[in-house]
Amino acid sequence: MPKTVVKASVLEHTLIGPQVRRLTFAAPILAQQALPGQFVHVKVTESIVPLLRRPISIADVNPDNGTLTLIYRIVGQGTSLLAEVKPGGQLDIMGPLGNGFSLETERPLLVGGGIGLAPMVYLAKSLCPRPITIIMGGRNKEEMYWQEIFQSLCRSIHITTDDGSLGRQGFTVDALSDMLSADTFDIVYACGPQPMLEGVARLATAKNIRCQVSLEDHMACGVGACLSCTCAATDGKRRKVCADGPVFWAEEVFS
Amino acid sequence: MLAVTIAGISMKTPVMTASGTFGFGPEYSDFVDLNTIGAIVVKGTTLAPRAGNSGCRIAETPAGMLNSIGLENPGSDEFLKATLPKLKKYDVPIIVNISGNTVEEYGKLAAKLSVNGVAGFELNISCPNVKEGGIAFGTVPQSAAAVVREVKKNTHLPVIAKLSPNVTDIVAMARAVEEAGADAISLINTLLGMAIDTKSWRPVLGNVVGGLSGPAVKPVALRMVWQVANAVNVPVIGMGGIMTALDAVEFLLAGASAVAVGTANFVNPYAAAEVAEGLCEYLKERGLSHVQKLVGQVNHNIG
Ligand SMILES: Cc1cc2nc3c(=O)[nH]c(=O)nc-3n(C[C@H](O)[C@H](O)[C@H](O)COP(=O)(O)OP(=O)(O)OC[C@H]3O[C@@H](n4cnc5c(N)ncnc54)[C@H](O)[C@@H]3O)c2cc1C
Ligand SMILES: Cc1cc2nc3c(=O)[nH]c(=O)nc-3n(C[C@H](O)[C@H](O)[C@H](O)COP(=O)(O)O)c2cc1C
Repeated sequence: MPKTVVKASVLEHTLIGPQVRRLTFAAPILAQQALPGQFVHVKVTESIVPLLRRPISIADVNPDNGTLTLIYRIVGQGTSLLAEVKPGGQLDIMGPLGNGFSLETERPLLVGGGIGLAPMVYLAKSLCPRPITIIMGGRNKEEMYWQEIFQSLCRSIHITTDDGSLGRQGFTVDALSDMLSADTFDIVYACGPQPMLEGVARLATAKNIRCQVSLEDHMACGVGACLSCTCAATDGKRRKVCADGPVFWAEEVFS
Repeated sequence: MLAVTIAGISMKTPVMTASGTFGFGPEYSDFVDLNTIGAIVVKGTTLAPRAGNSGCRIAETPAGMLNSIGLENPGSDEFLKATLPKLKKYDVPIIVNISGNTVEEYGKLAAKLSVNGVAGFELNISCPNVKEGGIAFGTVPQSAAAVVREVKKNTHLPVIAKLSPNVTDIVAMARAVEEAGADAISLINTLLGMAIDTKSWRPVLGNVVGGLSGPAVKPVALRMVWQVANAVNVPVIGMGGIMTALDAVEFLLAGASAVAVGTANFVNPYAAAEVAEGLCEYLKERGLSHVQKLVGQVNHNIG
């Protein structure tokens, strides 16, 4: 599956939550190839400031229309500039990058924290019509715009918020612990903050359930050349988050 | 029109890829036909494997970036066993960028890696990201010369000395490595820099300091290339912030016989090929028969 750079025209770009935008653009070549869990590397401006591309997960793909969708949070200079791109505008997109999730499952459990829910959308879509259970975590009710997105894709939705304004108060890991005792799953997929991933992996491993985590790190090249994003693996060697991941089997990266 | 021979290494174009910015090459093979590149300078290689620095390793800066990778690499055994065989299928000179903790280690590495498939060595005496060796060899002329002499004793292959810009007198460094037998000189490596997070008050990089590269460093690189090219007789390979063919033209005019594309690869994965193509266009537009016609031709006449 060759990686490439496309000049994509933006079709839709809307605010879907606090500081969170959904961006859909035409990229037929990418739409034919992209797998759930892979990401694209976006040049947010033609200028040399900011210089580097921004890694963003592929949140949805429509192979029929040849479109890709990203869901991203505005956090700094790059994503602020990206937010200004209007429908009809052009973006320079490199991808598809990295390795996706394994789709070998009958009873999947998805766990996503905050913007980590973005890649879970395409994953859930790809797992349909299998019965999907998802645990979604966020700071508060306002951040739970995800509910609407996952409603049609998942059989069972569980929500945790830090402040208890929606669903259960606490973290996704707290909910996961109960769910693993109450039901049977053959895989757990997780994307979110590192402590969440480690917590999820620990619980899944204790129950002997396969677990895949999607890692995040600062990266420059996105293709395994610059070694900015490497992490220690349990075999004593190093892994590149961009090229060997971002999706890893939990036991490969967490001991 | 573009073919050059640098330190006895024949290249199809004067556009090489800079160490640490192009992996071992295959990482970019979806974007660039590796057979068309002047030479691939592979990631800094050490005798034993290195894990590199911990914590955050890159920080973006205006028109540039800081890196503190810390020479993560699989080591010389793995390079010979796994990497080099894969590179042999490409028709492109492979230059190994080597780094040692001691003068002797540079010699050992050169001897060990002087094998079929390796076209030459680039001595990284200028890495700002490792505690021992590295930059120390690159800031004292006598130490730099000692490294070059040791490597020359241990290999028949061409030896390129890569200079650090973090010195007061770049010309003294260049003269020292030339006298010690370097077949070519490449410059610049990254400029030592730093970034601080104003929320946490912590350095952004786990290693606190790191090397600055990208368009931000180009004027400094160009000045140093010009100074060195005017002071030595061996060919100079210029790098530092080259993003386009016109950037490369500047380095050639300043006196570089070849150039290397580094950080630009991260931004535009086609950069190495596009710089060479653009160079060809430029020569045609100017009615020049060969890239050699640009080398050192910066015009100092005013008016
Ligand atoms: C594989 C992968 C997938 C991602 N998917 C998404 C997604 O779907 N939605 C989303 O909102 N965000 C995602 N992120 C995070 C996103 O890349 C950062 O939020 C973004 O780069 C911030 O850029 P900025 O210029 O706005 O922020 P700044 O803080 O100004 O960025 C400065 C530099 O740090 C880097 N950086 C800052 N935060 C991060 C981070 N969390 N991860 C990696 N690099 C960072 C930037 O790329 C840039 O080089 C993903 C990151 C990775 C590695
Ligand atoms: C991420 C990164 C890793 C690098 N690793 C090495 C290395 O291993 N050995 C070396 O001699 N130079 C290394 N360099 C320096 C480059 O080869 C080059 O000299 C420098 O980046 C300036 O060129 P540029 O501005 O075009 O990137 C590295 C640079 C970057 C950005």
